[in-house]
Amino acid sequence: MIDEFDLTPNQLDAMREIGNVGAGNSATALSQIVNKKIDMNVPKVSIIPIEDVPELVGGPDTLIVAVFLRVYGKAPGSILFLMPKENAFFLADDLMGRPHGTTQELDEMSISAIKEVGNILSGSYLGAFSHFTNISMLPSIPSLAMDMAGAILNIVLLQLGQMGDRAMVIETKFLAEDDSINGHFFLVPDPGSLGTIVKAVGVE
Amino acid sequence: MADLIKVGMADYKVGRSPSTLISYGLGSCIGVSLYDPVKKVGGLLHIMLPDSTQARFSDNPAKFADTGIPLMINDVVALGATKARLVAKLAGGAQMFAFSNASDIMKVGNRNAETCKQILRRNGIKIVAEDTGGNYGRTVSIDLATGSYKVKTIDRGEKNI
Repeated sequence: MIDEFDLTPNQLDAMREIGNVGAGNSATALSQIVNKKIDMNVPKVSIIPIEDVPELVGGPDTLIVAVFLRVYGKAPGSILFLMPKENAFFLADDLMGRPHGTTQELDEMSISAIKEVGNILSGSYLGAFSHFTNISMLPSIPSLAMDMAGAILNIVLLQLGQMGDRAMVIETKFLAEDDSINGHFFLVPDPGSLGTIVKAVGVE
Repeated sequence: MADLIKVGMADYKVGRSPSTLISYGLGSCIGVSLYDPVKKVGGLLHIMLPDSTQARFSDNPAKFADTGIPLMINDVVALGATKARLVAKLAGGAQMFAFSNASDIMKVGNRNAETCKQILRRNGIKIVAEDTGGNYGRTVSIDLATGSYKVKTIDRGEKNI
């Protein structure tokens, strides 16, 4: 059996570069929504055992707010936009034009606004990704949850778990100049999708 | 100070009093505990999926209910438990995100719980408590001194089952 996770260093580089272009697009979009300068790090591409994925966000019992979207198309996958609770509250404040500290819990309006941010980030990310790979990818409607990281990550790990024991995760961190925004953006291809993406990129 | 033994996702641990076995952040996963109240030994298993026969490839039996539970039963018995005395408790099996067109994989929590119960029954093990379903995460732990199974949540407090 050919293992799709056995990537060459060049292929890993290509993944990082695609992630970089996608995340660059998303950072620009985010910066326009909240009207702040948004910094991003160079995306990290990790191929790790499934059970280690929750460690990427501070451990399985860390409280986080997550926007989850499915990716449809020839290379299906999952997208998660994760934030610590305080940062999700700041983001809600920014989106509603209120001073930081106003949001104390996520009401319908804040939930809807944060989901929309997830939607815009994913749309711009996948737009670039599609352009680069020539694979059409579309995000589903977003869904939001505030809970333990392990519990939330379950959902993306299940499909992978059915097929194998490892996951590839393309991760980017977004930070606002005033530290109010601190979000992790994850793209996790479904089993089989990684092979499709690598082939489309055409790097040996 | 009794030790706290961590059980990761797709993993299981067995131990004896006064240790506590704990597994953090279960969503659709299930934490299955076994306990022999006389010998005060037990185990905790954190499964992700119900059925290993539907998986294409895996070398980790603790990931699935059908392979993980028998494995843990063996290990608990090897530690001195009597199989006929074992009691099981389970928690988890949530559906974390609501989608109108939820596919089967989104509803796996429910299937996980059902399969765990089936496998336990097939092995003749009594299920004495259960806290499954809902749309929230759980951290579970079993105190091997008492057999008390603690379920902790973010917004819904904690309880012993």
